[in-house]
Amino acid sequence: MVKHNYQQIGETLYEEHLDNGLGIFVFPKPEFGKYYAFFATRYGGMDTRFQVDGQWLDTPMGIAHYLEHKMFDTPDGGNALQTLSATGASPNAFTSTAITGYHFECTDGFWENLRTLLEFVSVPYFTKESVEKEQGIIGQEIRMIEDQPGWQAYHLLLEALYHHHPVRNSVAGTVESIAQITAETLYQCHGAFYTPANMVLCVAGDVDPERVCALAREILPQQAKPPIPRDCGAAEPETVFRREDSRAMAVSAPLLQLGIKGTPAPDGPSQLRQRFLGELACEALAGSSSPLYRQLYDQGLINSGFYLGYMDYPGCAFLLAGGESKDPAAVRDAILAEGARIAREGLDDGLFQRLKKALYGMYVQSLNSFANLCVEQAKGYFANQDPWTFPAVYEAMEKQDVERFLSNWVQPERTSLVVIRPQEEAQ
Amino acid sequence: MLPMQETVLAPGVLLRAVQTKKFKNALLSVTFLEPLTAETASPNALLPKVLRRGTQHCPDMTALSAALDDLYGGSMEPILRKKGEVQCVGFWGSFLDDAFVPGGTPLLEQATRLLGQLVLEPAGEGGAFLPAYVDSERENLIRKIRSQVNDKLQYSLSRLREEMCRGEAYGLDKLGSEESARAITGQSLQARYQELLQTAPLCFYYCGSAEFARVEEAFRQAFAGLPQTSRRPLPQTQVVARPAGPLRRFADQMDVTQGKLILGFRTGGRFRSKEEIAQGLLLNAVYGGTTNSKLFLNVREKRSLCYFASSSLAQNKGLLQVYSGVEFAHFGQAEEEILAQLTACQQGQITPEELETARRSVISSLRTTLDAQGRLEEYWLNRFVSDTCFQPEELAQAVEQVTLDQVVQTACRVELDSIYTLRGKEG
Repeated sequence: MVKHNYQQIGETLYEEHLDNGLGIFVFPKPEFGKYYAFFATRYGGMDTRFQVDGQWLDTPMGIAHYLEHKMFDTPDGGNALQTLSATGASPNAFTSTAITGYHFECTDGFWENLRTLLEFVSVPYFTKESVEKEQGIIGQEIRMIEDQPGWQAYHLLLEALYHHHPVRNSVAGTVESIAQITAETLYQCHGAFYTPANMVLCVAGDVDPERVCALAREILPQQAKPPIPRDCGAAEPETVFRREDSRAMAVSAPLLQLGIKGTPAPDGPSQLRQRFLGELACEALAGSSSPLYRQLYDQGLINSGFYLGYMDYPGCAFLLAGGESKDPAAVRDAILAEGARIAREGLDDGLFQRLKKALYGMYVQSLNSFANLCVEQAKGYFANQDPWTFPAVYEAMEKQDVERFLSNWVQPERTSLVVIRPQEEAQ
Repeated sequence: MLPMQETVLAPGVLLRAVQTKKFKNALLSVTFLEPLTAETASPNALLPKVLRRGTQHCPDMTALSAALDDLYGGSMEPILRKKGEVQCVGFWGSFLDDAFVPGGTPLLEQATRLLGQLVLEPAGEGGAFLPAYVDSERENLIRKIRSQVNDKLQYSLSRLREEMCRGEAYGLDKLGSEESARAITGQSLQARYQELLQTAPLCFYYCGSAEFARVEEAFRQAFAGLPQTSRRPLPQTQVVARPAGPLRRFADQMDVTQGKLILGFRTGGRFRSKEEIAQGLLLNAVYGGTTNSKLFLNVREKRSLCYFASSSLAQNKGLLQVYSGVEFAHFGQAEEEILAQLTACQQGQITPEELETARRSVISSLRTTLDAQGRLEEYWLNRFVSDTCFQPEELAQAVEQVTLDQVVQTACRVELDSIYTLRGKEG
């Protein structure tokens, strides 16, 4: 077991790798009454096509999320969600584009709860009946998210930005796609992706790290299967699939969702650096202390709900802006013009220094959350990077790096605009 | 335990502070308490938004953002909360705790000064707000009031309260109505501002690593300009019994694929003392507050009648609300089952396991309040509004003491008043 001290941010981390390939990370938190555990697999909404024993397998869209729902059923006929919450714990799970994570927070019975977590996630149990019953529940969930204008906007944007990258998949799938899911496919996916070498366990709380490892050794399979390679589809062009798209929904004002498609960095430290650089560039371009933000706000083109941020998933990276706007196209044009201006005239040095300070401070503050600590650690582990080296990464960032980033990325042919229009206008 | 220290800075002006080194950020807030009325709700909602646009020192958003960047990613945002029939108007800020600032520059005094300037020294000349700020924030407020319809669940809950509590202040939205927002002028807002500053009781809150004496001094200095006047007593919430007459039903139709079913109940009394709150929280947890509750297990899991069904208790108003997302075809059955589960509680059909599970969940949630900055602030604001002062741990101990009998008695006070449904346009 390796102990890391990250003095500047006040964190200590224990790291261990079991023989079966599982990565374990423990953040001791003696001052806190709560405990948090996060058990995740490198498997998400984008992973519908994969290889098992040399054979390509195509699975229905939404299957990772479906599997997450069904994992809570235990062979004794019980449900792990109830077992965990019976101790007062708050258990939950999520499936994102690239990760499925199971977690709980509790104040009492941490070891019993950790045992439950490791057991139910590693032991699949599905029947024909239980799989069919879930179709109703998830079908409702899909209908509910499809009603959400923000979700529609984001989904349409991914379909506009990418020609074929599987980030276009809706994580929950569609009512039609999930109808094809069977117990057999679920077993296949579990067998492929829920192997220790494809997983990570992160814990935060006042615990003995050795005991966490001992419990994981006791419960999880001994055998080390290799991690499963990820399929990101055919090579993605640098330009977008569609420049514009729109849809009418029950909204009071137009919603804008803007994407700028960038070049993804490979897994490893360079990806981490690009992420922080991308966030800095977003703040410089249209963050709340930038000249453009004020201009758009004063013109009434954006309100305080406006955001711009850097996003990345395996094999893709983009900038994402969104919010309500009476003229979404004008916002897009202004962002493109500002990117070109900064590339041409350079970035104000005072602004750059302040933004560095602000982003550093915000990131440190976000580590209050045990969930953030653990999820960031898990993502870093899956992408072969150490997220807690960020103070040095910030320190080394130069103004010219931001200028170069903006001049490369902020281009009309890399940009897609999605608008959700109020329904009255559509008629 | 995280001891809270308090002192009365002036009549009607309270400072509450929690000293701890467990968080990466320090949190501060200022909250004015106003009675919720149709005339003042919108101006009170607008006021902090206008103040947030600029101060005498930082006259525009860009300058303010720069000042916040210098607090290492600080934030200082308007926050508007409704607690019973009390409108809580103020600011909520976070900045990097002094312990984590590179170079050790203390930020507390700087942050408190900025908060004081936001509240007391708005941008403008001759005691008037800048007309441009009033105009654009009034438009934003109107837009926000209109866009509430985008979140179908929150909209449905708000519609139930509006209809069920028509004629009571509780039926008003915390943002007020579009008409009253539209009627606000720079002059009327300035008058509202002066009245709020001079008459509303208020509470300052801090949680971070600084000692109490230093916090007190920082607030005294930063708010030296606060009018020294006699302030109103804390505003009260009227609790009324269920009106006589049949069950009232309200419905809206919209272009949605999933229906919302909301039931409003009255208990005829408020939950104020720690014993009353403990009983209310426990009943709510047994009935519909957790994933082990009767509603979750029966309406959702066992009978698959909905995607979600939960309950929540408005302690100050003595209302219980059940909210559920259902397919249109299941409205009747879901309603029946939701009411059947309440009857079960009233008839004492609560197993010892159900009661203990609910108890553990409520206690765990109270204890973890101490581990989360935002929730702790909210906890102490709730104490301020209800003029109580017990610690989360004391409330947790009260929950330990609640008997089955008391839960059943509390359930027997719950009477169905109104039902609201949001339906699709066809069918």
